[in-house]
Amino acid sequence: MVFHWEVTVKRTTLRTSVFAAAAAAFVAFVAPAHAAEIVGLITKTEGNPFFVKMREGAQTKAQELGLELRTAAGKFDGDNDSQVAAIENLISAGAKGFAIVPSDSSAIVPTIKKARDAGLLVIVLDTPLDPMDAADATFATDNFKAGELIGTWAKDTLGDKAADAKIAFLDLAANQPTVDYLRDQGFMKGFGIDIKDPKRYGDEDDARICGHEMTGGAEDGGRTAMETLLQKCPDINVVYTINEPAAAGAYEALKALGKDDGSVLVTSIDGGCPGVANVKAGVIGATSQQYPLKMAAMAMEAIAKFAKDGTKPQVDPKLGFLDTGATLITDKPVKGVESITSEEGAKLCWG
Amino acid sequence: MSDDVVGVKAAERGFVGGGADVASFEVDHRGPLRQLQHFLHKYPTTVPFIVLLIGVLIFSVAAGSRFFAILNLSLVLQQVTIIAVLGIAQTMIILTAGIDLSVGAIMILSSIVMGRLAVVYGVPPELAFLLGLLTGLICGLINGLLVALVRLPPFIVTLGTWSMYGAMVIFVSRSETLRQQDVAAAAPLLQWLGSSFKVPIPGWGTAIITYGSVLMILLAVLIWYVLNRTAFGRHVYATGDDSESARLAGINTKRTLIATYTAAGLICAIAGWVTIGRIGAVSPLAGQNANLDAITAVVIGGTSLFGGRGSIIGTLVGALIVGTFRNGLALSGVEVLWQEFAVGALIIIAVTIDQWIRKISA
Amino acid sequence: MSVVPVLEARGLTKRYGRVVALDHADFQLMPNEILAVIGDNGAGKSTLIKALCGAVIPDGGEILLDGRPVHFKSPMEAREAGIETVYQNLALSPALSIADNMFLGREIRKTGALGRWLRLLDRTAMERRARQKLTELGLMTIQNIGQAVETLSGGQRQGVAVARAAAFGSKVIIMDEPTAALGVKESRRVLELILDVKRRGLPIVLISHNMPHVFEVADRIHIHRLGRRLVVIDPKEYSMSDAVAFMTGAKRPPENVLAA
Repeated sequence: MVFHWEVTVKRTTLRTSVFAAAAAAFVAFVAPAHAAEIVGLITKTEGNPFFVKMREGAQTKAQELGLELRTAAGKFDGDNDSQVAAIENLISAGAKGFAIVPSDSSAIVPTIKKARDAGLLVIVLDTPLDPMDAADATFATDNFKAGELIGTWAKDTLGDKAADAKIAFLDLAANQPTVDYLRDQGFMKGFGIDIKDPKRYGDEDDARICGHEMTGGAEDGGRTAMETLLQKCPDINVVYTINEPAAAGAYEALKALGKDDGSVLVTSIDGGCPGVANVKAGVIGATSQQYPLKMAAMAMEAIAKFAKDGTKPQVDPKLGFLDTGATLITDKPVKGVESITSEEGAKLCWG
Repeated sequence: MSDDVVGVKAAERGFVGGGADVASFEVDHRGPLRQLQHFLHKYPTTVPFIVLLIGVLIFSVAAGSRFFAILNLSLVLQQVTIIAVLGIAQTMIILTAGIDLSVGAIMILSSIVMGRLAVVYGVPPELAFLLGLLTGLICGLINGLLVALVRLPPFIVTLGTWSMYGAMVIFVSRSETLRQQDVAAAAPLLQWLGSSFKVPIPGWGTAIITYGSVLMILLAVLIWYVLNRTAFGRHVYATGDDSESARLAGINTKRTLIATYTAAGLICAIAGWVTIGRIGAVSPLAGQNANLDAITAVVIGGTSLFGGRGSIIGTLVGALIVGTFRNGLALSGVEVLWQEFAVGALIIIAVTIDQWIRKISA
Repeated sequence: MSVVPVLEARGLTKRYGRVVALDHADFQLMPNEILAVIGDNGAGKSTLIKALCGAVIPDGGEILLDGRPVHFKSPMEAREAGIETVYQNLALSPALSIADNMFLGREIRKTGALGRWLRLLDRTAMERRARQKLTELGLMTIQNIGQAVETLSGGQRQGVAVARAAAFGSKVIIMDEPTAALGVKESRRVLELILDVKRRGLPIVLISHNMPHVFEVADRIHIHRLGRRLVVIDPKEYSMSDAVAFMTGAKRPPENVLAA
C-alpha cells in the first residue's frame, strides 16, 4: 500500500511539473517580453488570397508602428461564430482596437457594440456593416462603384449592340452577401439596366439578362455556372463575374465550347495578380482593381493614432465610409471610363 | 454410413419447416410493399437509377430540348466528374462504416503539390504528378493509421486532418493561384484530363467527353472490381458491416482499414488531377463544396452511412442525380436556393429508403 | 487412458489484476465426443474457452493439441491449427451472402494469372463448396447461396456459422451458446445439427446455460467452478439438478468422481 501511494505521488508531481513547463512555454509564446499595444485583424477566411494579402499589409504596417498584431479568421465564408469568438478574445486581451472583414454584416453588430463599449476602436474593412455606423469607421472599396466601372466599360465597348446583349451573371452565393449584390447591381447600373431593389439581384425584368448562377467565388464553380447559363442562352456575349477566379473558370467553359475568340466580353472585380495577368492574356476584358493591402495598412495607422491620442478616423460624410478606391484595368480602354493598362495594374496588384 | 443418413434426415426434418416451404409460403402472402422492400434489398441501386430516370423525364418536359440535348447531358457528365471521383473514394471509406471529411482537402493539396512543383519549382511534370499522387496517398495513410491503430473515430480523425490538410493547402500554395496559361506552358500533362473528344450521335447531336470523364468510368470499373471480385473487397464490406464479426471471422480489419483509407487518399489525388483538368488553373480556392457534394452523391447513390452496404455504381448515379437536378432546375429557371432545397430533399429521401431497406428480416 | 485427448489444457492460470479468472484449470476433450462446459457466471468458463481458441493468452499452464503443446497468440493461429469457434454472435456479416460469409477471410482465388495477378475470386468454386457443405449438413433448404445472411432466420444463420466451422475445422469445433438466441423449434434443429457434426467425426466443445440441451447432446459434462475444473460427469449418471448443485456449490460431488 505504501509503495502504491509513493508511485501515485511521484506521478502526480511529474505531471504537475510537465504541466507547469508547458504553461510557462505557452505564456512565453503568447506574451512577448515587450509590452506593445495589441491590435487585431479578423478576416472572413484564412485561405482567400485577398485576405492573405490584407494580413500581409497589416503585418508590415503593424511592425513599422511597433504594434503587436493578432490575426484571426472564420473557418468558411459566412462563419459568424468564429469572428464573435475572435472579438471576445481581443477584448479580454486588452486590445486597443481591431479591423474586421465581417462575414455576416448584421449578425456581428451586437458583438462589435460590446467591443466599442469596452473602449476598442473598431474599423470595418471591405464589407460595410448593416447599419454601417455600427463601426467607428469603415474603410472599403465602393463595391457598387467597382461593378459600375466594368458595367459601363462593357456597355461602351459594345456600343449600339449593347441594346440586344445577352448577359450571364456569375455571382457569389445564394444568400446574396453585401459584396455580392453591390458588385452585381453596380454592374447592372453601369450597363444601363433597371436594378429595381438595389439590395437584391434577380428581381430585374430586363430581357438582356440570361440568368444568375452561383460560383462560390472559385474556378470550378465559375466553370459549371458558365456552362449552365450557356445551355440556357447560347447567344451570351457579356459575362459578369463576382471575382477573377470565377472569371478564369468561366473562360474555361467558353473555351471548351469554342467561344474564346473574343466574341464574349468577360468582366470581373478584384485586381489580384493572376486576374491582372488574365486581362493581359485576353481572358478577362476588364476588371476593377481593389487595394486590400492599403485598406489594412490604413486601419493599422488609424488604430495607432487612436491608441496615442484618442482621435478617431474621419470618413467621407456622403458615402459614410472611406473609399480606398477602385481602378478599371483593361487593355481595350473606352472613352467613358478612366482606366489603366494591365501592365500598370500588375505593379499594383495583390495575391 | 447409416448414421449419416439418419443425421441428414433428422436435420432435414428440423429444417424443412423453417426453410424453403415457409419461405415460398411467405412469398404468396407478401404484400406488394414487402415485395418491393425485398427487391430493393437485393438490388439497392435500382432506387437511384429510377430517381435519375424520373429527373431526366421531368426536366425534359420542364426545360425542353435545352436540357435533353446531348451536348447539355455531356456537360452534366463533365460537371460531376470531380464529385464522382471523390465520391468513389468516399464510398470505399463509408463502406467500412467510416467517413472521410478530409477528401476535399486531400484533393486540393495534391493538385497544388503537382502544380507548384511543376510550374514554380520547375520539377519535370511527370515527377511532379507522381509526387502529387504520393501526397494524396500519404494523407490517406495518415488517416488510416489514426483510425485503425490509434482507434479514434473516423469522424474525429478526419475532422482533424481536414483542418491540417487545409492548413497545408494554404501553406504550400501561399494562397496563390497558378493561372491556366502558366500551367499550360510548364506542365500540359496536368491539364490533359480536361481535353475532350467529340462523339457524334446521329439524329441527336454531338457529345463532348473529357478524358477526365473517361478516367472516372475506368476508375469506377476498377474499384467495382476490387470491391466485388477480390477478397480485399469482401473484407471492406465485412469490416463495415460488423467489424467485430469480421475480426472473429479471421479478417485483419486493421490492415483492411489502413489499405482502404490509403487507397481513398490516392483516389483523392486523382480527383485533384481531374480538377486541374477542369479548371485549367491550380487554385487553393477550388473544390470548397466538393467534400459535402461527394458525401451527398454517395448517400443518394444508396450507400449506407452505417457501412457494409452500397456500391460504386450507386455513387456514380448519385453524382449524376445531383448534377442533373442542379442543371435541370437551373435550365428550368428555378432559383439557386430551390436547387439546394431539392438536393437536400433527395438526401433525406435516400436515407429514409436506406433505413427502410435495412429493416428487412426473413 | 491410452487415448490421447484431442485438446487438453493443464494447469491454466489467468489473472486480471486481482481477479483470478483461471486457477490452475484443467481441460480434456476426447476424440469424437461432445463435451459440454457449464459453470456459473464468473466461474471462468468463458476465459477458459477464450484461452483454448486463442482469444486470450494464459499466464501459465499449457495447452496441447493432439498431445503436442501449442501457444496461440490469436484466434487466427488457433484456426490455422484446426480449432474452429462458433461465437455467440456468430461472426457473420449480415449484408454479405451465405457463400461470402462461409469463405470470409479464406477466400478462394482463381487459378492462373487471373487469380495471381488480378486477385480474381473463384465465386463458382466457393458457391459450389458452400452448397456442398450445407447439403451435407442437411441445410440446403436454404435455396439461394447468394442471398444475404440477414434475410435468414436465427436458426438458419446458426446453421451457416456451424457449416462454416465444420467446413474448415479439422480438429475441434467450439460452440458458444448456440441455442441462446433461438426459439424452441429452431433450438431443436441446431441440436440435431450438433449431433450431425459429431457423427462426421469432429469433437465438439459446447458452452451452454441450457441444462436440457446440455443433457440431451453431451457425452460428458465439464463443470467449471471458481476458476477451475470441479468435476467431469456423465449425463447418464447424474440429473440436471445435481449438475446445477455442483455448479453452484450447493452440493459437493462424490469423492470418487472428483478423483477421476
